[in-house]
Amino acid sequence: MTLLLNGQPQEVEARTLAEALAELGYADKVVATAVNGEFVSARLREGVTLSDGDRLEVVAPMQGG
Amino acid sequence: MASFYGYEPKSRLFLGTAQYPSPAILAEAVRLSGVDIVTVSLRRESGEGGAGQAFWSLIKELGVRVLPNTAGCHSVKEAVTTAHMAREVFGTDWIKLEVIGEDDTLQPDVVGLIEAAKILSDDGFSVFPYTTEDIVVGGRLLDAGCEVLMPWGAPIGSGRGLNNLYGLRTMRQHFPGTPLVVDAGIGLPSHAAQAMEIGYDAILLNTAVAKAGDPALMAQAFAMAITAGRQAFEAQPIEARDMAAPSTPVMGKAFLS
Repeated sequence: MTLLLNGQPQEVEARTLAEALAELGYADKVVATAVNGEFVSARLREGVTLSDGDRLEVVAPMQGG
Repeated sequence: MASFYGYEPKSRLFLGTAQYPSPAILAEAVRLSGVDIVTVSLRRESGEGGAGQAFWSLIKELGVRVLPNTAGCHSVKEAVTTAHMAREVFGTDWIKLEVIGEDDTLQPDVVGLIEAAKILSDDGFSVFPYTTEDIVVGGRLLDAGCEVLMPWGAPIGSGRGLNNLYGLRTMRQHFPGTPLVVDAGIGLPSHAAQAMEIGYDAILLNTAVAKAGDPALMAQAFAMAITAGRQAFEAQPIEARDMAAPSTPVMGKAFLS
């Protein structure tokens, strides 16, 4: 299916959010996620099933003021 | 030292981490100024990218406390979602809450700010609201659960100093027991000292240090100015007056004319 990962189309074979993060290279990274604008905590990622066209936001620490 | 949600920082300077020429210079500025609270943020990261991970490692090495922000959020929903993401990533309930209402001045949307502050406070966050010097808004933020207020000095990044000294002074007098931090708009150490002299508890700034020719030196200058300003406040400054008052005693002066 095709997700919108951080605003860009991205093909994935994964079915769950946890699988998608592993497939996309985030497995060992400190990141937070939101699906379709809703925060999904790390402990819930395995239980979240993704659908074609879902918007996935993955964010990491960054400099800020 | 003032307490910010139960934490008493060593330094009254809170420093932003953006816009430095390099991570090494940021680290030097933090170390040399003695800062122990820094602001951080969240941004999109790709699976291949490692910038965010490297930055987080640097901050952890510095051993400072982090205050994540919701910079760039224009709605309550965005800000609340960002706060939840920040709590998970940074492992802290602290959040510098920004709900921006207008892009030219980056002025806070105080209506959305109060709403977001209530949602987050009820959810266990320790909210540091980026607000204006409006004391009615300040009261509503305290009602919403905030225990700290952070009025702007001037628009973010403008370096203009304290645009409304009267308003900031009024805010200080109106909320004598609330930790108050001037956040944004500071350009020079003298601006920071001025805020401390009227009784503010701390200063949060970023651009004035990060974009200086020598950020680490400027961070030290701010740290000293903030210490001096606080000491002056505690020493109870004299009131200004319109006419001169001789400091040298007149009594006993020789009659020479």
